[in-house]
Amino acid sequence: MLHRARSGGRYAAFSGPAAGPDLICRFMLASIDFSRIASLVRGAAGCAALFLAACVQVAAAQTPPVMLPETQTPDAQSPDPRTPEALRPGTMEARVAACTGCHGEQGRAGQDGYYPRLAGKPQEYLYHQLLNFRDGRRRYSPMNRLLRGLPDAYLHEIAGYFAGRQVPYPPPAAPGAPAATLEQGRALALLGDPARGLPACAACHGDSLSGLAPAIPGLLGLPRDYIGAQIGGWKNGLRQAAAPDCMAQIADKLTPEDIGALSAWLAAQAVAEPYVPQAAQSSRLPLECGSQARR
Amino acid sequence: MTLLKRLILVVALVCAGILAGMYWIGTQEDASAGYGAAAGVPAGADTLLERGRYLAQVGNCAACHTAPGGQPYAGGTAIPTPFGTFHGPNITPDADTGIGRWSADDFWRALHDGKAPGGRLLYPAFPYTEYTQVSRADADALFAFLKSLPPARQASRAHDLRFPYDQRPLLAFWRALYFRPGGPRDAGDAGRPAQWLRGRYLVQGLGHCAACHAPRNALGATRDPERLAGGMIAGLDWYAPPLGGDSATGLGRWSEQDIALLLKTGLSPHSTASGPMAEVVLGSTQHLSDADAQAVAAYLKSLPATAPAPEGRSGPPPAALMEQGRELYTQHCALCHQADGAGSGQAWPPLAGNPTVTAPSPANLARVVLEGGYAPATAANPRPHGMPPFGPALSDNDIAALATYVRNSWGNRAGAVQPLEIKRLRDATRE
Repeated sequence: MLHRARSGGRYAAFSGPAAGPDLICRFMLASIDFSRIASLVRGAAGCAALFLAACVQVAAAQTPPVMLPETQTPDAQSPDPRTPEALRPGTMEARVAACTGCHGEQGRAGQDGYYPRLAGKPQEYLYHQLLNFRDGRRRYSPMNRLLRGLPDAYLHEIAGYFAGRQVPYPPPAAPGAPAATLEQGRALALLGDPARGLPACAACHGDSLSGLAPAIPGLLGLPRDYIGAQIGGWKNGLRQAAAPDCMAQIADKLTPEDIGALSAWLAAQAVAEPYVPQAAQSSRLPLECGSQARR
Repeated sequence: MTLLKRLILVVALVCAGILAGMYWIGTQEDASAGYGAAAGVPAGADTLLERGRYLAQVGNCAACHTAPGGQPYAGGTAIPTPFGTFHGPNITPDADTGIGRWSADDFWRALHDGKAPGGRLLYPAFPYTEYTQVSRADADALFAFLKSLPPARQASRAHDLRFPYDQRPLLAFWRALYFRPGGPRDAGDAGRPAQWLRGRYLVQGLGHCAACHAPRNALGATRDPERLAGGMIAGLDWYAPPLGGDSATGLGRWSEQDIALLLKTGLSPHSTASGPMAEVVLGSTQHLSDADAQAVAAYLKSLPATAPAPEGRSGPPPAALMEQGRELYTQHCALCHQADGAGSGQAWPPLAGNPTVTAPSPANLARVVLEGGYAPATAANPRPHGMPPFGPALSDNDIAALATYVRNSWGNRAGAVQPLEIKRLRDATRE
C-alpha cells in the first residue's frame, strides 16, 4: 500500500506559500480605495468584494491544505490483495481489530475465561463502559490506555458495532461448585435476599437475565472469573458507574461467599436464544441507577 | 594555624561571593524585555482572543493545566519527573486560586523571565526556558485568552518534590547555570526565509519541542536544545526521537509534507504518532494552521543529522532469536502490518523504515506492543484504526524476540532487544 503511495507521491498534499499573488492583491485593493475616493464607480464596494474573492481563490490555489490524500483515506482505498476481507482497512471490523485481539472475533469473548463477550450487549451499556474506561471510572490499565483520547461519537459507534453482532453462545462450562453453592447463587440471582436489602439480579437485569434496555447488560454467557472480578471490582472501587452507582451499593452488601456462589451459578447457565435485552420498562427499578438514565 | 585559618576564611569568602553572584544572576530579569509595553485593549478584541486560543493550543497549555475530565485550564494534571511530581496550577482568571489578579506584565514576567508576581522563581517544569522566546504580542494575546475563560475556583495543588528540589530559592543557582531570558538560542538568521524563522519561533518557543526531544542532564536542564537530538523522557519511559536529519532514526527520509501531515493528522507514510506524541498531536499540533505546520516542517528539515548513541547496534542478532521473532510476527502482526512490514495504507503503519521501530531505544516499540493503542483521533482522522495490547498475551521473552525481529528485518538494522528491557518497561508502566 504504502510503497505505492510513496512512489506515486500521493501523500504529497501541498506546496509552499507564494508571495506573488499576495502583492498583486494588495495592489488591487489599494487601487480600489483610490477609485472610491475619486467616486468614479458607484459599485466600487461590489468590485472590492469580487477582487477579495478572487484574491482568496488565488491564495487558496497557491497553498493547498495539509490533508490526507483523498485516494488514500481508509474508506476509499482499494483493498490490499493480501489483506483478508475481514480486516480490510476502513471497515468496522478493521477499526475494532484493537478490541477483537482480546475479546475475540466479533467480540464473541476471549479464549482464556477472562475477556468478556461484547457481542449482543446493549449498545448504551457498552458505550458507558468505554466512557468509564477512557475517563478512569473503571480501572483496567490495558483498556484505560487503549481508549485514551478517543472521542465520544467514535466510542458510541464501536459500542453499536458490538451490540449488533449476533453470535451463537457456546454451551456453558460444567459447574465447578457444589450443589449447595449453586443453589445459594440461584436464590440470590432470582429471589434476592430481602432480609439484607438485596434485590434479585433479575429485578434489574431482566426476568431471563438477558439485560434491560437501554443500558443494563445480560448476565449469562460470561466466564465465572470475569463475573467474580467485576463484583469484586465494585466492592473495592476499581469499577464504578455513573452516580447513583446502584451496583456499588449491592456489591457492598455481598460477602465473598455470595460472590463465589453467584458467579458459579451464573456462569453455569445455558443461554436460551434469542437472548436479547428486555424492552425498557416503565416500572421503577428497585434502586436508582445513574447509568440507566445517563445520556 | 593562623595562616590556615586565614586561607579557609578566604576560600569561604570566595565561595560565598561566587554563590551570591550566581544567585544574583539567577534572579535577574531581562531589562530589555519591554515591561509596561502591553498593547492594551486592542481594536479587534475577538481577533486577539482567537489568536490567544490558537497560541494556547500551539503551546499545548492544556496538557499540563487541565486535569483529565476537568475544567479546561483549571490545573490539576500530575507531571512525573525524576525530582518528584509537579501539579499544573490553575490558570483560569479566578482571583484567589487562578491568575485573576495578574496583570499583563505579570504574565509576561512568568513567560519571559520565569517568575511569578512578587518575584517567586518558577520551576522550569513550566518551560519558560522555551517560552522566553515568545513575543510580547503573543504573550498578551495568550493572556487575553486566559482572562476570557470562565474562572474556576480550584486551589492549585502543591508540588510533591523531594529534598532539596522542594527548596524553591535554590532555583536561582539552576537559573544562573541554565537559563538566559531572551530570543533564539542560535544565530544564523541572515538570509533565512520568513517561513524558516516562523518555524524556529514555533519549535523553540511556544511549541517547546525541546522539552521532550532534547536530552537532559542530571539537573533536568536540556542539553543543546536547538539540536533536538532526542532522548528518553524522564519520568514517562517513552523515547523522544531525534528531529534532525539522521536517515534511520531522525527525519532524514521525511519530506516537509510528511512532517506537516504527522503534525496535523497523526499519520504519515513513515509512522503513526504514539504515546506522548499522540497526545501532543491531539491537543496541539493538529490545530496548527497549514502555514505554521509547513513552517515547523521547513525548520525541522534544516536541522543537521545528530548521530545518536549506537545503543543496541552491536551486530546482527542471533538467528534463533530472529526465527522465534518471525514466527510470532507471522502469528500476531502480519495480518495488519503485512509479511513484508509494509503496513496497510493509513490504517496500520509500515514497520520497515519506521523510526518508532528503528529508534536507538526500543522503548517505544516495546510499549506499543505491550499497550497497543489507537492513532490520535484528529479532525482529519476521527475514526482511527488501532492495535491491541499484547502485554497480557505475550511473555517478556516473546516480546523481546518479536521486537528484535522487526528491528532487524526489511532493511531495518537497529539491534537486538533484551527480555530484561521488556520486563523493566512492563514493571515501570504497571498501574
